[in-house]
Amino acid sequence: MTAPADGAARDLYHPLILEHCRRPRNFRVPAGARRIRADNPLCGDQIDVYLDIAGGTVRDIAFDGVGCAVARASASLMTEAIMGRGLPYGRRLLDAFRRLVESPEGAPDDPDLGELAVFADLRHFPARRQCALLAWNALDEAVREPGADTA
Amino acid sequence: MILDSAPRLAPEAARTRVARWRSAFPILEETIHGRTLAYLDNAATTQKPQVVIDAVSGFYARDNANVHRGVHTLSQRATAAFEAARATIQRFLHAAAPEQIVFVRGATEAINLVAQSFVRPRVRPGDEILVSMLEHHSNIVPWQQVCEQTGAVLRVVPIDETGEFQYAAFERLLNARTRMVAVSHVSNALGSVTDVARVIAAAHGQGIPVLVDGAQAIAHVAVDMEALDCDFYAFSGHKCYGPTGIGVLYGKRRHLEAMPPWQGGGDMVREVSFERTEYMPPPARFEAGTPDIAGAIGLGVAIEFLQASGLEAIAEHERALLDYATAAMAGVPGLRIVGTARAKASILSFVLDGIHPHDIGTTLDHEGVALRTGHHCAMPALRRLGVLPGGTTRASFACYNTFDEIDRLVEGVRLAQRTFR
Repeated sequence: MTAPADGAARDLYHPLILEHCRRPRNFRVPAGARRIRADNPLCGDQIDVYLDIAGGTVRDIAFDGVGCAVARASASLMTEAIMGRGLPYGRRLLDAFRRLVESPEGAPDDPDLGELAVFADLRHFPARRQCALLAWNALDEAVREPGADTA
Repeated sequence: MILDSAPRLAPEAARTRVARWRSAFPILEETIHGRTLAYLDNAATTQKPQVVIDAVSGFYARDNANVHRGVHTLSQRATAAFEAARATIQRFLHAAAPEQIVFVRGATEAINLVAQSFVRPRVRPGDEILVSMLEHHSNIVPWQQVCEQTGAVLRVVPIDETGEFQYAAFERLLNARTRMVAVSHVSNALGSVTDVARVIAAAHGQGIPVLVDGAQAIAHVAVDMEALDCDFYAFSGHKCYGPTGIGVLYGKRRHLEAMPPWQGGGDMVREVSFERTEYMPPPARFEAGTPDIAGAIGLGVAIEFLQASGLEAIAEHERALLDYATAAMAGVPGLRIVGTARAKASILSFVLDGIHPHDIGTTLDHEGVALRTGHHCAMPALRRLGVLPGGTTRASFACYNTFDEIDRLVEGVRLAQRTFR
């Protein structure tokens, strides 16, 4: 997963990222779900994350909006990873993903990340980190607020 | 304005001329991801010729001292070089006197200065300030702030779907409540050139002063303050081959003399006591604190570089680049050029079906091609042209760009299409 310091574009655009960009999962607007908007002031991109949380469990999660390949793939993989899981797991994964894309080179990847580890090369693309974190920032807002567990 | 009548050089002579310009810029020898740098982000900032780099480092190496206060030799040298830069800029702008050239941090600060010092004291609730939909955020937000502070109202001149300023609508918007008109000379997002002489004539017909945001024009379009008769002209040094952190506000003398200081401090006062402070005349009144001396000297040298290269020759070359790039891009399926005004300068903004500008930008970066993606700090213009969110990919040209670099741009766009489809 490590790339040379000036990793080529193909290292950022892992085939899994391209695949999720072309065919994003849970790219829809569920009825009745709570909507949280995240925007990237650098480019004006907006992604809406839809969450249906009950009894501390994510019963449904989806997203829509405009984003680049990195933002779309990250949101798509996030929804797959979080769907049906408990909020403590969501918070742990959120922290692990942030460490993955923000940590200096060589930091150990969290085994919980699974396929999300394809974003490790973002370490070499600081200008693109906010793209990968866009949907996660919306998730952050939802899972950290008081009472989220009992919503 | 771009001179259509400028003599066209034979291709060989044109190549020699560009090679000479390129040789002045050391950064063009950099390799990025193994490729020679093709720098097409000149609307964000231009590269610096060696003479400017040398002027800045030479000042610190040999002449560094504060200006306007020491009697020692270095301070006199620093003052002389600083004021010589002001005079160079005055001549370049065809301003009547060096006192009309105020050094500021950049176009943004120049506009804020006019907004706060000239306009804010003159407007009442319900008065109107007129900007266009083409403006950079730096020619919108300072006026919104004045409106919030005073109860004045911001009115907006529309653009059409090509990104062209609507002159008839502008003339209809001018009225007895209009206190200020602020328009960009060249749009940084689309490249549209606004006929500011026409705007100024119409506004002056009703006694309304005009500020021209020249940040995106100064390195591409020759300007003449006396002929243009604008009240204020603002630009940044770093977009015309000069250093960052230095810029210029040109103002009519009677305006500058009537304006209260904006910031207080040293260098802008004649006499200070706790009872009363007497301010210096312009431009010192607006230059509180130690200025960016090295930056001003570097900007003076950048302007000399522009004069020696010939702004008309540069504009002719950039026009050829823009025409070439426009034709080449038109041949790429799924590509749409954003901003197709009849009068354009040095900027080509575009979108690709189904591919986000960020992904185009990263792909091109890895081919050594530097350009800008996103909203270019001009969200209203991009919203009007239907490309928000997401924005555009923008290639912007300078004297040192070549047709080969545009070929690499087009190749990179095709590579992005292969990657993301």
